[in-house]
Amino acid sequence: MKFDTIGKPRRRVDGRAKATGQLRFADDLALPRMLHCKLLRSPHPHAQIESIDVSRAEKHPGVHLVLTGEQFPIPYGIMPVAQDEHALARERVRFVGDPVAAVVATDEQTAGAALGLIEVKYRPLATIASPEEALATPEPRIHDYGEQGNIHRNQSYEFGDVDQALAKSDHVFEDLFFYEGNTHLAMEQQASLASIEGDGKLLIQTSTQNPHYLHRQLARVLQMPAAHIRVIATPNGGGFGGKCDPGNHEFVVCKAALILGRPVKICLNREEVFYQHRGRHPVLMKFRTGVTKDGRLTAMHLQTLLDGGAYGSHGPASTFYTGVLTPVTYELPRFKFEACRTFTNKPACGPKRGHGTPQPRFGQEVQLDKIAEKLGLDPAELRLNMVTKADSLTASWLHIGSTGLAECIRKVVEMSGWKDKHRKLPPGRGVGLACSTYMCGAGVSIYWNKLPHSGVQLLLDRSGQVTVYCGATELGQGSDDVLAALIAEALGIDPSFIRCVTGDTATTPIDLGSYSSRVTIMMGNAALQAAGRVREQLAAAAAEQLDTLPERVRFSQGRVYAAEDPNKAMSFVEAVALAEGKFGTLGAVGSYSPPKAPGRYKGAGVGPSPAYSFSACVVETEVDPATGWITVPKIWIAHDIGQAINPVLARGQVIGGVYMGLGEALMEEQVFRRLPAKLSGALVHRTPSLLEYKSLTSLDMPEVEVALIEDPDPNCPYGAKEVGQGPLLPVMPALANAVFDAVGVRIDEVPITPDKVLHALEKKAKGEAPRVGPESFPAVPYPAPIFVLPPWEDGDGNEVKKNDASAVV
Amino acid sequence: MSAVPDRVHMTLRVNGEDLPVSFAPYKTLLEVLREDLNLTGTKHGCELGECGACAVLVDGEPLLSCLELAVECEGREIQTVEGLARGNELHPLQAAFADVGGSQCGYCTSGMLMTAKALLEREPAPSRERIKEAIAGNLCRCTGYQQIWESIEQAARVMREERE
Ligand code: FES
Ligand code: FES
Repeated sequence: MKFDTIGKPRRRVDGRAKATGQLRFADDLALPRMLHCKLLRSPHPHAQIESIDVSRAEKHPGVHLVLTGEQFPIPYGIMPVAQDEHALARERVRFVGDPVAAVVATDEQTAGAALGLIEVKYRPLATIASPEEALATPEPRIHDYGEQGNIHRNQSYEFGDVDQALAKSDHVFEDLFFYEGNTHLAMEQQASLASIEGDGKLLIQTSTQNPHYLHRQLARVLQMPAAHIRVIATPNGGGFGGKCDPGNHEFVVCKAALILGRPVKICLNREEVFYQHRGRHPVLMKFRTGVTKDGRLTAMHLQTLLDGGAYGSHGPASTFYTGVLTPVTYELPRFKFEACRTFTNKPACGPKRGHGTPQPRFGQEVQLDKIAEKLGLDPAELRLNMVTKADSLTASWLHIGSTGLAECIRKVVEMSGWKDKHRKLPPGRGVGLACSTYMCGAGVSIYWNKLPHSGVQLLLDRSGQVTVYCGATELGQGSDDVLAALIAEALGIDPSFIRCVTGDTATTPIDLGSYSSRVTIMMGNAALQAAGRVREQLAAAAAEQLDTLPERVRFSQGRVYAAEDPNKAMSFVEAVALAEGKFGTLGAVGSYSPPKAPGRYKGAGVGPSPAYSFSACVVETEVDPATGWITVPKIWIAHDIGQAINPVLARGQVIGGVYMGLGEALMEEQVFRRLPAKLSGALVHRTPSLLEYKSLTSLDMPEVEVALIEDPDPNCPYGAKEVGQGPLLPVMPALANAVFDAVGVRIDEVPITPDKVLHALEKKAKGEAPRVGPESFPAVPYPAPIFVLPPWEDGDGNEVKKNDASAVV
Repeated sequence: MSAVPDRVHMTLRVNGEDLPVSFAPYKTLLEVLREDLNLTGTKHGCELGECGACAVLVDGEPLLSCLELAVECEGREIQTVEGLARGNELHPLQAAFADVGGSQCGYCTSGMLMTAKALLEREPAPSRERIKEAIAGNLCRCTGYQQIWESIEQAARVMREERE
């Protein structure tokens, strides 16, 4: 297919505004009579609030309002099953940094000073610092809901009899892995400005990825009709999942603006952003994987244990995601997956780029490297021989549409010179390979409903201007550019003739938000439906004038012409005017809902997607045996994108994903320590600053060579699949595998730091197992599994009784 | 001890213009630019000198505006992203960042642009290594830096051609 716009490198539609500093982020906004808000946060990881005295703060000059949990009786949470947060804590604080009170004052300085005048009496409670402690300490409960004790979620699925298959396997590999938590670290700190508009309605302009979900939660917490609230998602200075959850501060400034009738702004400082968190869950994993002697998988039993932090957040989904995408890359006849999420007294974990899937992907791909090593196979060949097929089902009933995984592997092997390097480089140097997959949007919304996942509205007039409205939000990923490009292509005009109005609940149709890599596919399909409807009107009007049939009217390069004779033509602007004359004011809407998934068991809603992207990556390393220091000279990655819409942005997403993955692999960690007893013994964040939370700088970043594999997916707009999250996933295991190739030690833990490498090398020198990683997996009281037969064992996608099923097999 | 005044009044020279402004004396240059002069193109990611998002040029040198008191800046030549374009035409660095992926979310962009401008004024043809070093104090969470290096290289080429 030949395109005018799609697939051509082009300045992004918001490029100019970004390069001139004209783009207005939330903290760049100011309004007359604006007041400033600051939050008082708990110094205790777990405590009962006995009393709060705000009287001195209220009397402080310049203070307009002090709020506490009293004003927020109604809880919220991003997921309907986890409504466990209050904008300001009532009765209980659950981590160091939990917001307790808020001061609104003439400026930040005054608000900050008044925070010090609030007197809170706490009664400290026992602190739970890890999932192991959570399992061992059912009381005190951090929340009075959940499965039991301090277990938030606990689940088990079995697709075919896994023990039976493992018993029949030539080899069974059992491996433990640990993936440390880390955070998004978006450069923009969350900011919000709440005000009352002239019509008396509440407006919040805020850094959020999901204005629609925030809108619903605000209506609930503030007990107002949603129609009286307007949420504008300002352009986000990076999101990566960190601005998906509604934030305490958003409710607080809205409440304050409603009480005071004045604009109220807040901008979290960097330390507070670490407390807001919602980042990568620390996950302990156990894989038992059966293989044949020629290296094909027979079955896998995966167990995960998640450290959820103090609140539910997206946790119920995160828990699923530590397993549901595991069977998508390689043919896996049977699969058992048990997962448990615990509460701990730390900032809540949630969705970060790859949401729950990087952790098991790390384990799975490192284990495959061990399998290849043991069986004497090439890790690339091992994978190529068992990639899942297009239009197939997994044991867990996920439908895979298109796949370019084999092509990705072949490409990355070729680009990197893999065959001349793997097991062939001199000691201290190595290469590692890993693959991955990601969803193009979740098949099911966060709250259950039958409504469209994305809506787009188009407005055209005789000026030739096309305005497109959509609730999607710009995080930097380029959603406005995708929107403009798709409409431009469909109408045969330049993207510069399109004006995007996005992320505003008052003026744009609902889009669920910028998460789960759903925007290009869902917004895109809605946009193409709307554009198709408008095009029909334009074609009908133009056909009369061009003396041809409507279906023979073509749109390209700002012209509308007859297919049989391109000289029979008019400008796009003329065609719009004709159509406006014929039909009246021109506009159309489009919407999109994902196809229904084949799985019918309880829980089958998490994992299905209209399409899956695939990636393969090779990382090269140099490891200094004296210091354990890891240098990465180069990374090669091939990503199956279906079709790149703007290759500049697509490549940027791939490299940005690789960067973030490499940071997680080498250094990023959100970790905690206990203060000495004489200082309170509290569990505190070890590094809540940009300086100490290590991330890659320009000097640390290797060159990345990117190949975009384009095989258009029929479910996607012009075939375009996701690229925002997938390319992060293979980097961590590829790095771990490269370290093994370089110095023969296994670091079964992320991040892979010099001290761990040195420790493993010491063990190797002593003749011990050359490995650093978790040594044991605690006894987790997983429930009896929901048993489902895989499609190839006569299953129908429903749960069955395991014993009956075994009889069938 | 003499009393600290509530506000000071002075004239700051920003992007070639003399701007009279009064502000609380504890305010940083970042705060005065953003809050008192309404020049919000300069961003902040930490206000502790750790991220480079707030970089501006003072007397031609990159400076973290979150660490500089505005009262120290009287009589100095301050340049911000707002002054970069030539009339309505983008500076080659701005054009390159917009065209070749140097700006994703755009939040680090102003700091990157100003830092890069100082580099290219000193060194019209920097090597990639020099570019990497020059922006080592500017964190970017989106791009993985590569398209930023490429943007600076492209701008350097354009600027060299312009000079010829
Ligand atoms: S805001 Fe100045 S260095 Fe971060
Ligand atoms: S473009 Fe987003 S932080 Fe650099």
